Amino acid sequence: MTKKRKVTFPHFGDYCVPIEYLMRQGLDMDYVTPPPMSKRTLELGSKYSPDYVCAPFKIHLGCYIEAIEKGADTLLQTGGVCRLGFYGELHEQILRDLGYQVDFINLAMANYSKPYTFYREFKKINPDLSLPKVSGALLTTIRMVESMDAADDYIRRNIGFEQEEGAFDRLRADFLNSLALVESQKELRYLAGNYMKRFKAIPVLKPKRPLRVGVVGEYYSVMDPFSNHYIEREMAKMGAVVARWMNISNSLFHYPKKEIQARIRGYARYNMGATSMATIERALRFAKKGYDGIIHIKSFGCTPETDAMPVLQNISADYKIPILYFSFDSQTADAGIQTRLEAFYDMMTMRKGAAATG
Amino acid sequence: MIIGIPRALLYHRYHCLWETFFEHLNLQVVVSRETDKAILERGGVCAIDEACLSSKIYLGHVESLLGRCDLVFVPRVSNFGQRDNILCTKFEALPDIVSNTFRHRGIKLLDCNIDGRQSENELSAFMLMRKKLGKKRFQTFYAYMLAKQAEKLEQDSLAREQERRLEEAEGLKLLIVGHSYNVYDKFIGGPILHYLKALGATPIIADRVDRKRALSRAAELTSTMPWLFNRELTGAVQECREKVDGLILLSAFPCGPDSLANEILLRRVSGLPTLNLLVDSQEGAAGIETRLESFIDIIGFRQAAKTAKEASL
Ligand code: SF4
Ligand code: SF4
Repeated sequence: MTKKRKVTFPHFGDYCVPIEYLMRQGLDMDYVTPPPMSKRTLELGSKYSPDYVCAPFKIHLGCYIEAIEKGADTLLQTGGVCRLGFYGELHEQILRDLGYQVDFINLAMANYSKPYTFYREFKKINPDLSLPKVSGALLTTIRMVESMDAADDYIRRNIGFEQEEGAFDRLRADFLNSLALVESQKELRYLAGNYMKRFKAIPVLKPKRPLRVGVVGEYYSVMDPFSNHYIEREMAKMGAVVARWMNISNSLFHYPKKEIQARIRGYARYNMGATSMATIERALRFAKKGYDGIIHIKSFGCTPETDAMPVLQNISADYKIPILYFSFDSQTADAGIQTRLEAFYDMMTMRKGAAATG
Repeated sequence: MIIGIPRALLYHRYHCLWETFFEHLNLQVVVSRETDKAILERGGVCAIDEACLSSKIYLGHVESLLGRCDLVFVPRVSNFGQRDNILCTKFEALPDIVSNTFRHRGIKLLDCNIDGRQSENELSAFMLMRKKLGKKRFQTFYAYMLAKQAEKLEQDSLAREQERRLEEAEGLKLLIVGHSYNVYDKFIGGPILHYLKALGATPIIADRVDRKRALSRAAELTSTMPWLFNRELTGAVQECREKVDGLILLSAFPCGPDSLANEILLRRVSGLPTLNLLVDSQEGAAGIETRLESFIDIIGFRQAAKTAKEASL
């Protein structure tokens, strides 16, 4: 029997939990979770990456190197729209030039409109793959992602008002630990329901009209709290409801492309690439719903999200809603972020006060 | 009716096609002037800070056309069908960037949408423009055909001319690998071509090779590179690498596709001296003169060392 593959995938929020499930249960591979991301991850990634490539590239490279050090021998890269489509080939070249002997599953070689081609890419690495097993595991993986996304959505809206400091974080950590033990869809359904009840049972004290902040932006940086310096959490903790639509469930499994395009026609007639449409549509929706502010997140130099900014500026002017723009690269310092968030929070509070009395 | 065309981005690749097309529809065309300081500065003011230099310059050109034409021609070009034929997302976004940036300044766009994967090819995109232009179907088709012909003639003659230069030129030959709109822009590539000639070297432009042939050779260096222009440039390197003395990779800060594509070239094309030039809006080509000079010195030095070694064997 051949030795089991030790596969790894860069960190992406906490989605490593469902990915690990898919690898172990569906593809019969061992999974190496990269070590928690740290300054070292960033430093390693930046050191070996081209200078001005978008930040996710550097972070992924750092994760790969740290996972290889931990024993991974097979690296998974997804491919996808925009520059992601070319990430994998260059990652592979850089790691080979560094002397690492690893295999790649580069899904950029697969064709996204033909699911079978994914199976083909995986089969290259594990010839014993069974299609029914993979499909079954994939379904559970999707459900797992959905349950995480639902929980996080609830947490973002409530964590700012928890009565007992840290209650949400603790329960969320438990939840992830339990998810990691799941073996079937039935178990998952039970767990997810149970935990959702427990999240909802955590006492929160919300003012009648709390500040509401909507978060939009580039795929990776908006979904990966490490990349965006945990700003959603920071914002919420100041005492705000934080809402974000962009997550894996919504963007990958339930993406309403036609509707999005129709809703933003007054501002943008064409698809501007990657997540830009969703960014614009959600920003517009937050504006129409009377949110107090919007935070836009992207990595430095991200072309599609930079191109969405003139539209966001117009939405901001038309609906008189402030937008705070963040652009992250491997050099961004925490201190500056905190100051900008606080100033933004104060401004929203003042505007709300003025609107209430005026 | 007067059609304004910004002398930036895709203009440098398609000017012959576009101008011939509009002229055969009996439309007057104004093209904005060459990039100068004012255009650059205004572009910087209009654009988002982080946008690439090439697109900042573009917005400067658009602004310079306001009030001077009835419609500004801003096509959207996403891809030409196959999966490795996409363009940088900037070209998908351009009409909406322009209309959002200048929405209170009375701008009217003439746009068209080339998106091969959504079965909108170049011909159908050009045909659709006739509605806004008030032209007949046949006339539009005819104008497009003539424009295509003119484009082909021009490209062939440019490629032939360059092949001749590649064979005949004396002195150092350096392959400039960069997007047409960067190489031919007065602010970005202009000074570089100028210095090179002043230093007695012959610039060979990667964008001026037989594009079809170049495209087919890109696969020798990369399997998944998605961008058409970068694939052409990569293939052009394969075509020319035996015949030139060095490579100059020319990019505008912070170009997305080039950030990855140039790195692949640096890592996979060995044995040729390579200079990586990144032009940003502050510095422009300043300081580049000295870098070019020492690059050329190094090539000369290495070649002399090699000849000496061969002579001593
Ligand atoms: S969407 Fe932005 S961050 Fe993602 S690959 Fe494209 S440029 Fe990079
Ligand atoms: S390819 Fe580079 S220079 Fe060209 S528009 Fe895109 S980001 Fe700008």
